[in-house]
Amino acid sequence: MSMATMERAGAHVSTSRLDWTPYLAGAGIGILSWIAFAIAKDPIGVTTAYGRLAGEVAIPLLGAETVATNTYWKAAPFAIDYGVLFLVGIMLGAFVSAIVSGTFKIELVPDIWKAEIGTSVWKRFAYAFFGGVIIMYGARLAGGCTSGHGISGGLQLAVSSWLFLAVMFATGLVASAVLFRKKI
Amino acid sequence: MSDFFAPGSAVLALLIGAAFGALLHRGRVTSCNVIQNQFRLKDYTVLKVMLTAIIIGGVGVMFLADANLAKYAVKDTNLLGVALGAAIFGVGMVIYGYCPGTGLAAIATGSVHALVGALGMIAGGILFALSFDWVKANILTVGAYGKIRLPDITGISSPVWFAGLTLVAIVFFVWAERQQNR
Repeated sequence: MSMATMERAGAHVSTSRLDWTPYLAGAGIGILSWIAFAIAKDPIGVTTAYGRLAGEVAIPLLGAETVATNTYWKAAPFAIDYGVLFLVGIMLGAFVSAIVSGTFKIELVPDIWKAEIGTSVWKRFAYAFFGGVIIMYGARLAGGCTSGHGISGGLQLAVSSWLFLAVMFATGLVASAVLFRKKI
Repeated sequence: MSDFFAPGSAVLALLIGAAFGALLHRGRVTSCNVIQNQFRLKDYTVLKVMLTAIIIGGVGVMFLADANLAKYAVKDTNLLGVALGAAIFGVGMVIYGYCPGTGLAAIATGSVHALVGALGMIAGGILFALSFDWVKANILTVGAYGKIRLPDITGISSPVWFAGLTLVAIVFFVWAERQQNR
């Protein structure tokens, strides 16, 4: 098969195979949670491991002494363990899925951003970085993110997690209305 | 470090993580456009994925917990910390265009701006750790009720909660499908 044929085949697959209904993907994540709770004994979550990873990155920036004596990192030291490998797994799975479906694509500025806000790559990068800073701060302050609180906590009917979901969606709606406001 | 060398644990982490990443991608929530359009109320994919995962996952985990095959791992209810954190998180999610998990998955599908945001998340993690002593003393202590579940505070049992949640979800799904088909 020539390269061009493969690309055409890939393009064809991308429309058919990526058309999973959100309900099927959601059901799959739900069933995956059974395995996470019953076998791995560790509910699906992302930012706890991320916070520990930040401690490792902080060593050259702030000095080993600062990191070693920090209360948060003392309680959550960095190690290549279940939580960190789980993050590696997420990337592996998404990568394979993207390649298999032929949807892997270098994206600097998403379409919606180009259409509604602008085509500047640096502006998008600046927003993404700043957004990353505050989403992580918020996640650590709340004790979890859309995975740990939203899905794993939500499915346990945890009070903290349903509060998280309600408030997160509310401020997200307001922020979205401001960011995507139509110019008059 | 012993965990790292226990093959089951490392392999499980990679397998469950990979399945999660692939499902996020197949559910299209690794797309910044899909996430932004959820908050603009133009595309309900994110809510469809999350609600289905919560209900299917929740009913299964409830049975597993009842059969002593799984333990609940509920996060602390620090009312101020969770509310404030969630408020900041919602704003961050719109500016970043991803949540932490979907952002990671998106990097692996070729999104460079997701990678830039992931570096920002590292910076955010560092800032949080540096402010942790103050946060712990002044914020995490306000409205601290510990690990409580909705059935604990309402007296309504888990099966009834899930029955109600399923009903609400079905009504919402039907409405959302009609909206999108218009």
